[in-house]
Amino acid sequence: MQQVILELHSRGHLVQTWGMEVQRVKITCRTALCSVVFLFFCLSSAAAVTSLTSPTNIFVPESTPAKSIVNLSIFVLTITGIIFAIVFTLLVYSIAKFRAKSENANSEPAQVYGSAQIELAWTIIPTLIVVVLVLATARVIHAIQDAPKPASAVEVTVIAHQFWWEYRYPQLGVATANELHIPVSDPVHPTPTLLRLLSADTDHSFWIPQLAGKTDLVPNHPNSMWMDPERTGIFLGQCAQYCGTQHAKMLLRVSVDSPHDFAEWIREQRQPAVVDERVAAGKRVFESTACINCHTINGTVASGRFGPDLTHLMSRTTIAAGAALNTSENLRLWIQDPEAIKPGSLMPAMQLNKSDLDALVGYLETLR
Amino acid sequence: MSSNAITVPELQVQEKPWVDTLHGWVTTVDHKRLGILYILSSLFFLVIGGVEAIIIRIQLIHSHNDFVSPQVFNRMFTMHGTTMIFFVAMPILFGFANYLVPLMIGARDMAFPRLNAFSFWLSFLGGLLLYFSFLGGSGLYGAGNAPDVGWWAYAPLGARAFSPGHSSDYWTLALLVSGFGSIGTGINIIATVLCMRCPGMKLGRMPLLVWLNLVMAGMVLIAITPLSAAQIMLLVDRYLGGHFFDTQAGGSAVLWMHFFWIFGHPEVYVLVIPAFAFLSEIIPVFSRKPIFGYPVMVAATVAIGLVSTSVWAHHMFTVGMNSYANSFFAITTMAVGIPTGIKIFNWIGTMWGGRIQFKVPMLFCIGFLFQFLIAGLTGIMQAAVPFDWQLSLSYFVVAHFHYVIVGGILFALFGAFYYWYPKMTGRMLSERLGKWHFWLFLIGFHLTFDVMHIPGLLGMPRRIYTYEPGRGWDTLNLVITIGAFIQAIAILLFVANLIISYFKGAEAGNDPWDAWTLEWSTSSPPPAYNFATVPMVESRRPLWDLKHPEDPDSLYE
Repeated sequence: MQQVILELHSRGHLVQTWGMEVQRVKITCRTALCSVVFLFFCLSSAAAVTSLTSPTNIFVPESTPAKSIVNLSIFVLTITGIIFAIVFTLLVYSIAKFRAKSENANSEPAQVYGSAQIELAWTIIPTLIVVVLVLATARVIHAIQDAPKPASAVEVTVIAHQFWWEYRYPQLGVATANELHIPVSDPVHPTPTLLRLLSADTDHSFWIPQLAGKTDLVPNHPNSMWMDPERTGIFLGQCAQYCGTQHAKMLLRVSVDSPHDFAEWIREQRQPAVVDERVAAGKRVFESTACINCHTINGTVASGRFGPDLTHLMSRTTIAAGAALNTSENLRLWIQDPEAIKPGSLMPAMQLNKSDLDALVGYLETLR
Repeated sequence: MSSNAITVPELQVQEKPWVDTLHGWVTTVDHKRLGILYILSSLFFLVIGGVEAIIIRIQLIHSHNDFVSPQVFNRMFTMHGTTMIFFVAMPILFGFANYLVPLMIGARDMAFPRLNAFSFWLSFLGGLLLYFSFLGGSGLYGAGNAPDVGWWAYAPLGARAFSPGHSSDYWTLALLVSGFGSIGTGINIIATVLCMRCPGMKLGRMPLLVWLNLVMAGMVLIAITPLSAAQIMLLVDRYLGGHFFDTQAGGSAVLWMHFFWIFGHPEVYVLVIPAFAFLSEIIPVFSRKPIFGYPVMVAATVAIGLVSTSVWAHHMFTVGMNSYANSFFAITTMAVGIPTGIKIFNWIGTMWGGRIQFKVPMLFCIGFLFQFLIAGLTGIMQAAVPFDWQLSLSYFVVAHFHYVIVGGILFALFGAFYYWYPKMTGRMLSERLGKWHFWLFLIGFHLTFDVMHIPGLLGMPRRIYTYEPGRGWDTLNLVITIGAFIQAIAILLFVANLIISYFKGAEAGNDPWDAWTLEWSTSSPPPAYNFATVPMVESRRPLWDLKHPEDPDSLYE
């Protein structure tokens, strides 16, 4: 031991200032703690109000997969909450109880090196908790992922593009874009919707928080997911996997229809495009410019696949994958200057003169 | 700039012209100087990455904001993530490892001093390459400058079809070059720890910091190599007609994900294990007790290292793996929580029955304990695969990993700064400014990252440059942004403290904290040769033995 070369430094000045500093820390602690608690209170009330009204709250499930996820998550939150409470208490207790006091600042506490029994206890207990959590998790994974497909399931092929959604109903012969229609599912006679997920370009992810968890759409890697919504209405979501410049405005809008409305919607979507002689000029503009390279209108020469199918454009509430409402001003702006609505989208500015633009918008507005 | 802000131990060096001083720093192979260079370059990039974070937060302050374009926003989050992981977190931890490991094992330098210098300059050059993309990224295509593919650059976004120009080439090369630097450092730390220990410093007597950095270095070798391989494959795809990740020619996007996360998850532990290392040194000293359960701490670290190599696909639960694969990765991910929990318990055990001194380094470590507890528990939530189908890719995940990296690793790093700055410079950091720094940063951190969990639960995906009103996200994002500004102010206080204390701080002396490991036995800053005579140790706390000859540790180990 004597061989160790050590140049030790006196710690006298540290001991002197110690008491004062403890006092100062206490005061700072208290003020900071009070403000933090107050802020938390304000925030949690604000958060509670907003989460009640949010249409994308994961804790308001409306479909079996989303519901079993909420059940599992409440179980996991309970267990992690208990762990948090215990460890938090231990931490706070040890910090409060074992703070240095001025009367013993000069001496060292008992030097304890460990305890095999305690180590064993806090190895085994967490292990048991993990076993429980794993079993609960595996059960729900299996229930959702390996659910058998009933014969009554509606199949939809979802093809994600930069930055819009293509939907095809192979059994029903319908193709549409951006706004998905699916039937409500009666628990007695379930009609779940099975989504086959494909990508035309980069990775995307399909996420309607109230209907199911998200699943990615990966090129060369077909995926699937299912949902059986229990009530009709509009459900919102958006692309969740970063897919390029306009990832943010690749919005999802799902209309859950009653069986009758769904059948009616399918019937309408199967019709070819409306032919209206009054807008023949606009149709001519559409068919003689680059529009047809990317867009399909059934019953015309337009059969492009790069952009959304426009056969029944006016049956949709929004355009540009939900970035704007489907109004004639927005349609006009979208054709003239897509950057104004969705900068970086792959729709080119069409550079039309005013009369052609008027005619084209007039034509599109007949596509019911 | 840096030449002034750095301590120069030998008196005659100060009389040299600044060119010579600069030359000395650029050509140095001294582990302490390289450590400081690592730390300074990381602080430089930390400020840049912080500015990028602030730009991101201003853009998201309310819905449909147009502070920056989507293109700029996407570059900002790509550069923020890449900078913070590869050019701040890793090098700053390497810097501390470089500085401390030889001192703590009683060595005079790292095993391979020149490799050490080479590694530093590679890693620094990588950072410069990444930022050169702002100038050179457009290439001949006018395709925009800095990379905008996200910090994990999922295929096929990095392919030429979706990323023309050279922006993602700079990203690839920056990671490749700095990756070789990291591998060099990994090899160096392993060799140093295994071969350079002073007499008596058995493996079982090494300070935990050394043990943990040894495990970290081993994980660097495991993690960085697949990343480098993937970057080379991507370059082959982009320039030599390869199709590894080219999905339009039958390549596999999922293959890239596996490569990236086989790197990416061990990487998390590469970053967090050195943070554990700081805690394992600081908490005992400020509790005035030895670390509780030393052998268990070592075993838990090795266990984390091993298990963490088989958890990577928990980043891919939404990618469409089958239910067996999903269950497997749920098991491994939850299992890694066990040794991590053991560590937290042992730190509490260390404080238990101690006499805790709330100096600034200890405050940051206590902050770490609370925040890392929460980060671990939100991690368990995401390991519950179906829950993750909702949480993954949302702001919940962003909150979770910032809880790990900021609330955990950065807090531990701040603790390390306040603890070892006196050793590195010979001056104490101001306790007063330090407490302002701590409390401001703590409040800003919690405002930002506690609140950030909620928009994730309300369906807000990450990486969106703007969002729709009416989803309940606006107020929350406003609060998050306010918190970010408070954190920025705290960081400025910290930088001010580093600079002011360098000139005006109290003299530190050799051993200002009354600590027990070998670095405190030499002068502050240590001489180039570290120890005049190679020390000999007989226990894990050689300075305790010296200060308490009547009750040495060597009797109990």
